[in-house]
Amino acid sequence: MATIIMIYGFLAVCLLMSLIKSKEKSKKALKVAGKALLKTAPSLLAVLGIVGLTLGILTAEAISGLVGAEAGFVATIIAAVLGAITLIPSLVAFPLAGSLLRSGATVMTISAFVTTLVMVGMVTAPMEMKILGKKFTLLRNGLGFLAALIIAGIMGVIL
Amino acid sequence: MMILKKFKLPILIGCIYVALAIFAPATAGRSAWVTWDYFKEMALIMPPVFLLMGLMEVWVPKDKIQKWLGSGSGIKGGLISLALGTLPTGPLYVAFPMTATLLRKGASIINMVIFLGSWAALKIPQLMVEIKFLGISFTGVRFVFTLTALVLMGFIMETILGRKSVMGWLPPENEEIMKKQAGKMKA
Repeated sequence: MATIIMIYGFLAVCLLMSLIKSKEKSKKALKVAGKALLKTAPSLLAVLGIVGLTLGILTAEAISGLVGAEAGFVATIIAAVLGAITLIPSLVAFPLAGSLLRSGATVMTISAFVTTLVMVGMVTAPMEMKILGKKFTLLRNGLGFLAALIIAGIMGVIL
Repeated sequence: MMILKKFKLPILIGCIYVALAIFAPATAGRSAWVTWDYFKEMALIMPPVFLLMGLMEVWVPKDKIQKWLGSGSGIKGGLISLALGTLPTGPLYVAFPMTATLLRKGASIINMVIFLGSWAALKIPQLMVEIKFLGISFTGVRFVFTLTALVLMGFIMETILGRKSVMGWLPPENEEIMKKQAGKMKA
């Protein structure tokens, strides 16, 4: 809620300043914004639908079942993939990761889950592609996934 | 036909929901609630974000962005990107249009990879929650390695994508602006 108030407050100040300085340019800004929003609308809807599906199917219980059922390397890979495909708010994700850690999951598995969760966004990929291009999105998420696996490996060794 | 093509992904997802509603109504119900929750959030956040992007497009001069975040900005540019990313702001999808605008205004790829990456992975409020549930050493180690990885990823992406100009791979924002720029280039 605080974020939303902040964004709207900031927008109000900017919009007012823009209107005082030039009506013409403000109009142009509105046009640019409207067009960009319309263009992104289909991928926004897609992201919404995918978020619902992944969170509806992969509930916290389902994830702990999947991660907790296997051990070692397999669990780490499963955790990394689950982290990459889900989009969980941090207030839900970190308590879940903490409880998995306490119930016996390895540090490597948990760091794989947390790192891919924050670094790779498969759910938001359709939108990222629309706005930033296919190449950029695939590179950023692909490299992010690799990096997350390496980070998990290192953290498993040193922690 | 055009509209159908544009909305083919949402339509496909809609079909999955219908199938789910028939075969697993409980899951479908849960999914629908989550979607509705996120829809409310997006409906509130996206319009002001796009408006801010529009204002930035019109008002912020290109040379300023180039100077602060361009390829010559060095470590200072990286630090600015990191600071902007870690600030307590909205979800990651808010950052995509911002990144596109900054790239068009001359920000370097490496800085934008750091910006997006720290927005997603190193946000200050998120780090607080992480420290609380996973401990300070876990969070600290992850922070250091993630930041290192982001810089490396930025370098790799800069070498792969940076050979071409931004126009070569970034989707156009809208046709008018593209035409204008193309016209300028010819002239």
